Amino acid sequence: MLVEILFFVFATLLVAGALGVIAARNPVYSVLFLVFSFINSAAIWLLVEAEFLALVLVLVYVGAVMVLFLFVVMMLDINVAELKQGFTRFAWLGWITALAVIGEITAVIWGHGLGGIDVSRGFVSEPANYSNTMAIGQVLYTKYLYPFELASVVLVVAIVAAIALTLRRRPGLKVQDVSRQVAVRAEERLRVVKVSAEKRS
Amino acid sequence: MHTPITHLLALWGTLPAIIRTVVWILIISIAVILCVAFLTLWERKVIGWMQLRRGPNRVRIFGLLPGLGQPFADVFKLLTKEVIVPSSANKFLFRLAPALALVPALAAWAVIPLSPALVVSKANAGLLYLLALSSMGVYGIILAGWSANSKYAFLGAMRSAAQMVAYEIAMGFALVGVLMAAGSMSLGQIVQHQQGGVLAWNWFWLFPLFVVYFIAGVAETNRAPFDVAEGESEIVAGFHVEYSGIAFALFFLAEYANMILISALTAVFFFGGWLSPFAGYPVVGASFLGDPSFFWLGLKVFVFLFLFLWFRATFPRYRYDQIMRLGWKTLIPVTLVWICVEMLMSAVHIGPWAKPWFH
Repeated sequence: MLVEILFFVFATLLVAGALGVIAARNPVYSVLFLVFSFINSAAIWLLVEAEFLALVLVLVYVGAVMVLFLFVVMMLDINVAELKQGFTRFAWLGWITALAVIGEITAVIWGHGLGGIDVSRGFVSEPANYSNTMAIGQVLYTKYLYPFELASVVLVVAIVAAIALTLRRRPGLKVQDVSRQVAVRAEERLRVVKVSAEKRS
Repeated sequence: MHTPITHLLALWGTLPAIIRTVVWILIISIAVILCVAFLTLWERKVIGWMQLRRGPNRVRIFGLLPGLGQPFADVFKLLTKEVIVPSSANKFLFRLAPALALVPALAAWAVIPLSPALVVSKANAGLLYLLALSSMGVYGIILAGWSANSKYAFLGAMRSAAQMVAYEIAMGFALVGVLMAAGSMSLGQIVQHQQGGVLAWNWFWLFPLFVVYFIAGVAETNRAPFDVAEGESEIVAGFHVEYSGIAFALFFLAEYANMILISALTAVFFFGGWLSPFAGYPVVGASFLGDPSFFWLGLKVFVFLFLFLWFRATFPRYRYDQIMRLGWKTLIPVTLVWICVEMLMSAVHIGPWAKPWFH
């Protein structure tokens, strides 16, 4: 009973947060609403005892990705009026994307079911010593090893590409060469001289 | 025996679990806040002694040691001051930010095993919970800097955000090493799996990871020598430059609570938490010093807190690009290399991997 009440509370907050993302006038508020939605979906995952997914969602999306989003949005000088201008003009594109995503999800579930999960028997909680982190690890490194490694290769390619895009040297720029600065030794810069004291006249 | 104390204990046993948990949460939060109060005094005293000064020595409490009342004097001063909200600030976020900074610092204590029997939550994924919470602390700082609508505050927030994101990776990788050595994400288990004397504690086999973790911890708490987010010589006070009164005190509280937290976590992950270094010794081991207890965790936390203060008193502040360089180009590669070394160690079953639960 308590779980159902909590579920509806978090689900309501999640939907409200998601609406806030697209309705907020200030882009910083949009990002914060998205963070709020993530935290609520993590809470919903916790309710079904998927603590690994919930905590990783908070760790990766709230803790790292959204911080960088916030970082960028705060730095940019976004003209909100200009952004809102094309809303009606591009609305059809948004609708098509939304319908395509919904269609894909439906097709996958229709075709494959929920992977052998029997929804009709309701939620059955696992014994107290059950660790779903270990369970995920076990299938990830055995059954799904190939797609998992493939995903990591894709990510590495993306990282290398992102770094390569930002790696440029403009000529005539005055920058410090940090490795040379770190390598400096005191003996190269400093000469200790011994000056004998003069006699007081 | 029907003393009032046995009555109370019997009553305590009959309370529902949720009420007992709430009471423990309150006790631990208040204890942390009191520790913060005396940590500020201890910091000023220690730095004073290191700089050949006396430190605070005026305010007494109950006529006891001079200076002991200083934290309370500070708190009452800050409580009675006006909280000024800048007219061009984003009012809502400006008020929300101090709370966002403090909540993760206190919530993290839920999974920390204080003694063999005492922990609020024996969560299976305690380590992940800690990582998730510590990554949320940065929001308080960013929002404080942005909502104040001040250039210095904003600069401080940006510096802090980049720094925290960078050092969190090193911190997470160091914890991956701990995870490999313990074979569990529950903090109680991590402590128990370090049993077997001082050299069986994780610091011995994971020494580089311990160093990386503690440095990253100092950087995460924005303490000297990584305190560019505050940098009083450059940007006055950084992200909390516009805060006054108790709102400022909350940031202060969050910073010191995080220091205590990082010290406690270092003790738990690398120094056997509540385990005694004398367990199994002939004479000392038989006394209370040989038993695992809160005493040992407290002592270890105290030592690491002293390191924080020592760093602050002796190290000059890092330059910003050097901080980034240290985080990305030194600490992260060190952790990656040591995780590979751990893989070899686990393959040949030495160190923590010689223990029975890995067979």
